[in-house]
Amino acid sequence: MYYSDRLLLESKSLTDKWEEEVRKIAALYPDQKARFSTVSDLEIKRLYTPEDIKDLDFTNDIGVPGEFPYLRGNQPTGYRGRYWTFRMFSGMGSAEDTNRRWHLLLREGNTGLSAAFDYPTLMGYDTDSPRAKGECGKCGVAIDTLEDFLALVEGIPLDKVTTSMTINPPATVLWAMYIAAAKRQGAAVSEISGTIQNDMLKEFIAQKTFMCPPEPSIKLISDTIEFGAKYVPRWNPISISGYHIREAGSTAVQELAFTIRDGIEYVEDVIKRKGLAVDDFASRLSFFFNSHIDFFEEICKMRAARRMWARIMKERFKAKNPRSLWMRFHTQTAGCSLTAQQPYNNVVRTALEALAAVLGGTQSLHTNSLDEVLCLPSEHAVEIALRTQQIIAEETGVANTIDPLAGSYFVENLTNRLEADAWEYISRIDGMGGMIKAIELGFPQMEIADAAYNYQRQLACKEKIMVGVNKYATDERQQVPLVEIDDRIETEQIGRLSGVKRRRDWNAVRRSLADLKSALMREDNVMPHCIEAVENLATLQEICDVYREVFGQYRDPGIF
Amino acid sequence: MEKKRKIRIMIAKPGLDGHDRGARILARFFRDAGYEVIYTGCHQTPEQIAQAAIQEDVDLVGLSCLSGAHRLLFPQVVSQLKAHGAEDITVIGGGIIPEQDFPLLAEAGIKAIFTPGASLESILQWVLDNVGG
Repeated sequence: MYYSDRLLLESKSLTDKWEEEVRKIAALYPDQKARFSTVSDLEIKRLYTPEDIKDLDFTNDIGVPGEFPYLRGNQPTGYRGRYWTFRMFSGMGSAEDTNRRWHLLLREGNTGLSAAFDYPTLMGYDTDSPRAKGECGKCGVAIDTLEDFLALVEGIPLDKVTTSMTINPPATVLWAMYIAAAKRQGAAVSEISGTIQNDMLKEFIAQKTFMCPPEPSIKLISDTIEFGAKYVPRWNPISISGYHIREAGSTAVQELAFTIRDGIEYVEDVIKRKGLAVDDFASRLSFFFNSHIDFFEEICKMRAARRMWARIMKERFKAKNPRSLWMRFHTQTAGCSLTAQQPYNNVVRTALEALAAVLGGTQSLHTNSLDEVLCLPSEHAVEIALRTQQIIAEETGVANTIDPLAGSYFVENLTNRLEADAWEYISRIDGMGGMIKAIELGFPQMEIADAAYNYQRQLACKEKIMVGVNKYATDERQQVPLVEIDDRIETEQIGRLSGVKRRRDWNAVRRSLADLKSALMREDNVMPHCIEAVENLATLQEICDVYREVFGQYRDPGIF
Repeated sequence: MEKKRKIRIMIAKPGLDGHDRGARILARFFRDAGYEVIYTGCHQTPEQIAQAAIQEDVDLVGLSCLSGAHRLLFPQVVSQLKAHGAEDITVIGGGIIPEQDFPLLAEAGIKAIFTPGASLESILQWVLDNVGG
């Protein structure tokens, strides 16, 4: 029993009296709304009391930081030993442009790097492909060959700085380039650390950056997890991501449930396909969540996520190593919560979302820039975003104590509710035969589409408010300076790529691509072949074309 | 009396951009508003979009792009439609599109641009006024 009978009785009697009072006052002064709910439309009560968390079991549901169920954090010391990593997601134009931005960020106190690639790179096309026209450098940096990659990381000590790369279908290729670049710097591959996003399930569900069908996509992911476990033990070969699920319009519960169910799918595949024991690789799985605008819902989601993953690893997969039970995650504030109208308000939104992520115990954080709803972020906007994290860390005092909201009637109740609702989704997906089956049925896609549509309707009838958009709108235009990516970047990048193609040893390229293909046919691990191919200056697309040839291509079913 | 043919709308995603939340919401919104709606899914080339628009005999194509490639891709859809003799199909666009690109797109034949924060009602109103309902 979490509370004594006496306390519950006292609480009950006082709450009854309060309820009577509320009825009287509300009759005279009605509430502003008939129903109060989170941004995910989860109904919230006027008051939470001991009654709402009376069934908690302290040891199994709450506990202490660094111990099962890890609700309060993975680290016994919290943020006192070390803050979360200030990791600003960044990439634009050419490799040199991005390298300059990265050096600037590191000088300003960024403590980890995070690469944004342009669309052709994300989709496995070279800049000279007809499919790539008009996209070069627009949403991130263009990488075609190892030479571009070497320019990207010029002057960055890869054995010291950790780098996260948001790359999915071609994750094997970019990771191979990173490993090749580290080798050239003389770094030991066993010492380098970083993350590849490499989470294809959420691509089919939400982000839509896909190349091959789900089944072979998972095979490539299991290859990276196996390769990492054996040779790059400090690397996170996957970042199982809810961020994009949320940006596509899901609720917090859906983000939590689908992300964790994706994680289960990956673990099952590695065990089955590679014959590894769960403790051989589980400690290197990492996660990535959104921090949306609904403050408490986000904090509770992150707390619930840690507890759920610990329970899954312990009970479902029988993991023994405590580190296998840790859900380590990066967080990014919600791009979809920002508004093009009155863009300076975005600084405030991002600060509140970042605060929620810190109170939720994130290990790593990206804060969006105020202008990201309009264009790629300017240096000035990025600096404000980074400073937002530094102010939270160094000035507000919220990092002084671990999980400061624990024990709150509301916070613990909401944490439990999110977890319970997420379990329901997980068992439904289990019932369908797993996440790949659920995706084939269009289930998560449809659930998210419903939620996104519901929210849009709520905005239309002002049941939900976006300041400056459907309330407090002004005609005044707040101009922010826009960053533009010159179309000249594309011409230059194509020129550079042709230069590499003319210079390289074509026989070596051909040989390594043929090796890669036969490795795929034999279902061998592709990583060693990928590394050799990039070292021989095979292009990103040449390697991805081998994947497309052997595995086929996935097309968007266009569910709405 | 001849039964009035329902207006057909195609929502399309040109290029490599996968941000389809807005496109899918619009598709559903127009369907709910009584239109016939076709949604192409992501990653279509301008050529594919034009061909699908002709094949589906649509009255309006709504393009969505959030990657910054609209300057190239939106005009290409219009010129592909023209090349197939289907310049009567109205083309509008939406996404993250800076105001300074509006003249270029208008000149290329994009009849309206809707940017973040545009209400569903305002888009519907434009369609009612310019294409019909």
